[in-house]
Amino acid sequence: MIIDTVDQSKIEAGKEQPWAALGLKEDEYNSIKEILGRRPTSSELAMYSVMWSEHCSYKSSKIYLRQFGEKVTPEMKKRLLVGMGENAGVVDIGEGLAVTFKVESHNHPSYIEPFQGAATGVGGIVRDILTMGARPIAVMDQLRFGAPEHPDTARVVHGVVDGISFYGNCLGLPNIGGETVFDKVYQGNPLVNALSIGALKHGDLKLAKADKAGDLVILFGARTGADGIGGVSVLASETFDADGPSRRPAVQVGDPFAEKVLIECCLELFAAGCVSGIQDLGGAGISCATSELASNGGKGMKVQLKKVLLRDESLTPEEILMSESQERMMAIVPKRHLRAFKKIVDRHEVEYSVLGKVINKDRLLIYWGEQEIVNVPPRTVAHDGPVYERPVRKPKWQAPLNAASVQAQGLYRANDNTTDLAAQFVQIISSPNQADKSYITGQFDRYVGGNTALAYPDGAGMIRVSEETGLGVALSTDANGRYCQLDPYQGARLALAEAYRNVATSGAKPIAVTNCLNFGSPENSGVMWQFKQATTGLADGCLELGIPVTGGNVSFYNQTGDVAIFPTPVVGVLGVIDDVARRIPSGWQDEGNNIYLLGITKDELDGSVWSEVIHDHLGGRPPAVDLEFEKRLAELLHGASLQGLVASATDLSEAGLAQALTESVLRFNMGARVWISELCERDGIDKTSALFSESTGRILVSVGREDDVKFVGLCDARNIPVLRIGVTDNTGELEIQDLATWKLDELRTSWVATLPELFG
Amino acid sequence: MKIGVVTFPGSLDDRDAARAIRLAGGEPISLWHADSSIKKVDAVVLPGGFSYGDYLRCGAIAAQAPVMKNIIKKAGEGLPVLGICNGFQILVESHLLPGGLIRNEKQHFVCRDQKLRVENVDSAWTSGFQKGDEITIPLKNGEGGYIATDETLKMLEGEGLITFRYLEVNPNGSMNDIAGLRNERGNVVGLMPHPEHAVEPGFGPDSPVAMRSGVDGLRIFQSVLRSVISA
Repeated sequence: MIIDTVDQSKIEAGKEQPWAALGLKEDEYNSIKEILGRRPTSSELAMYSVMWSEHCSYKSSKIYLRQFGEKVTPEMKKRLLVGMGENAGVVDIGEGLAVTFKVESHNHPSYIEPFQGAATGVGGIVRDILTMGARPIAVMDQLRFGAPEHPDTARVVHGVVDGISFYGNCLGLPNIGGETVFDKVYQGNPLVNALSIGALKHGDLKLAKADKAGDLVILFGARTGADGIGGVSVLASETFDADGPSRRPAVQVGDPFAEKVLIECCLELFAAGCVSGIQDLGGAGISCATSELASNGGKGMKVQLKKVLLRDESLTPEEILMSESQERMMAIVPKRHLRAFKKIVDRHEVEYSVLGKVINKDRLLIYWGEQEIVNVPPRTVAHDGPVYERPVRKPKWQAPLNAASVQAQGLYRANDNTTDLAAQFVQIISSPNQADKSYITGQFDRYVGGNTALAYPDGAGMIRVSEETGLGVALSTDANGRYCQLDPYQGARLALAEAYRNVATSGAKPIAVTNCLNFGSPENSGVMWQFKQATTGLADGCLELGIPVTGGNVSFYNQTGDVAIFPTPVVGVLGVIDDVARRIPSGWQDEGNNIYLLGITKDELDGSVWSEVIHDHLGGRPPAVDLEFEKRLAELLHGASLQGLVASATDLSEAGLAQALTESVLRFNMGARVWISELCERDGIDKTSALFSESTGRILVSVGREDDVKFVGLCDARNIPVLRIGVTDNTGELEIQDLATWKLDELRTSWVATLPELFG
Repeated sequence: MKIGVVTFPGSLDDRDAARAIRLAGGEPISLWHADSSIKKVDAVVLPGGFSYGDYLRCGAIAAQAPVMKNIIKKAGEGLPVLGICNGFQILVESHLLPGGLIRNEKQHFVCRDQKLRVENVDSAWTSGFQKGDEITIPLKNGEGGYIATDETLKMLEGEGLITFRYLEVNPNGSMNDIAGLRNERGNVVGLMPHPEHAVEPGFGPDSPVAMRSGVDGLRIFQSVLRSVISA
């Protein structure tokens, strides 16, 4: 094996290097040379190429993500223990406890190899949470697949669901919700986003930094193998040709058992106070961990790469630096704690090796035996990557798309044709995106841990954090690509509003936001316009609601050829609830309760499920959002929940009232009699809008007779429009007056059958 | 009343089993797979999870753990032992219960609120039920399909060793709808569903009374506390 050393780079100064094949631009390569005052060694080149990649450096998105840190008030920062930039944000939830949560994409690997792609997506986000010093307590996932009837969709669905099921279940983390959406725009670019939440005491917070010279740098967990090396094999074959390893698989392979053991081992290490800094190894492996730990701590590091425990002895130094083998962590351990560290990892039968130590010098020095192969300022690798202000231009198709509204197209509305309207109702609630998702969620463990207070089919997931007091958190994530395609600024705010409303509907108080921004190629000016609009919309929305963004993730290049996915900014909202026993159920349990619709219904069908399912149409403008109103609505729900006034609450969003009614009756099999004539009259809308409009700021609640007066008084006092539209009953039927009566069993059959018929 | 809960590498529901024991009025004692001592406990729970990542066969490696030697010996002397899910698989691999557990019929992991019928109440872990009780217990497994030879099945049925049977839906293709078994002596019981997840109102399966408030699993843990006291 010929090693390219720092000395060699000076001797062979003019050597041709494969920077382009590694994804670097010429000016990026030149600036590496400028930083180092020489050409990089092949190991250095490998490190810069991955750390300066879009995925690791956020070079196209950085200038827009800054808004999340800038558009905040001091009030919004009050609960924030750790903000953006760390592995995950940390939020104070009271009682000396905090939670950390984050959502991350694993889109591209999940298309190539759905099972491992999705599995390692879960593994990666859970390690991010663990790295903050937290015990992971739940996961969620946000999935977007191609058209349900396309022959390739089942391959991706089965692989992804099996992968999440395999990895998440085996880690012992309850899966408390998520999203599943089908749309042909995701055919070649499915989205697999994974979210994890962790809980910790304030004092247990850990940061990824190496800030004391002399501390040891220890790699532990799984051995380093050839998985996930990707582009670096170019380097290998360039340099070593004949005896070097051949092409390496670019998708990582996960072992949830190893990760479960690693979680317990890390938590024990944290509790024993053995580590002063910790970083997980995900994208860019050892390159990322060493440079980030050193850079964050403002120190340097000296590392012997031959100490890395390998699965495959033929790996080159470049490959070891780049390997994305899963289930590995890097700890910074003060020398005096080494014995305690060793005792704990031995007990868990976890392998470790001391790679080197933290040094008082602004250099990351990596050796291969005697040979120095890396000598760089850590900050230049980890944090001072290139930043681009890419061209931004509103796409030409945007204006015609916005002009082609439901109204302008004159799409047929069944309205007084009750047979057609009733048929549309069933067609919509049993369409793949609206149908019951338990075919998928039934493959995930929602019970493990014993703290799950709400999970699918409830609108938000809720998990108890303190068994003593019942303190807990609620979480909901949302995104609507169709709305974002029509208007990315508004679409992001709509996702925020819906997630916020879902959390409020559970009885919790929304306090923080995370996001996963899935877009097409940043090299496309139209996509960058969408990105700019969406991030601005989200940042403005968070400021209006007064809840901060604590972190997030960007996934670009979700496009096939010139066709990008719909912009899909997944927004997650976290809420806190002082006692999960106070949570509001999402369906009707008791007969004789009054059903109230809160908020105003407008004729807002552009971008709706109705326009998609009934007319295969997308055009116009998405529904309006009034965040000030959403805030008041959330406060109302919170107040009503504290007083125990509402028996259930379900938010109205996709497929409007039709969907909310369906879910409410089927949750506990409690029938209802509903009338919409007064609604049509009060809001000046037709029956199609009453049933299918997706106007925001609406919640369906059920209230016991004895609490009626009080509840309506509460709404009036807060100036929230409230209208009684029905009553629950035990007839086993859903009756919508002057429209149709369905037996709940029949409605259930239609709602439940869709996904198993497609994929079962 | 001390009940040991064994943690193997990859055990997941160990904390939950401990909580269930506490809620039933017992004192949970955590036991470590690598220690051979079982600390003078009055009963043992082998919890759910994926011990050793389900490598080789579910429960096969855990059955060889140092702690199991002692448990197998004490079980022979009458120590009450409950195996839940992966724990049931470990009991089968340890030959404390007959038969085997294989991949679910539909090849998927299944998580659902499962109806069961209590078939036999003459065991340390089922004495708190009435024969024929219908209960709801969360089930979550990937390899819960119970299989046995015709001869074994005949023996199980003939001697009344089936403790729980799936009702309405057989979620994993188990022969004779078998969800749980006991040994002849009645001190060892294994079942696929997770009683430790139906012990606390608010965090269990849906019940007719209220959302997520079924607590049918509690009686399994109360049964053993009673039987240990009376023994």
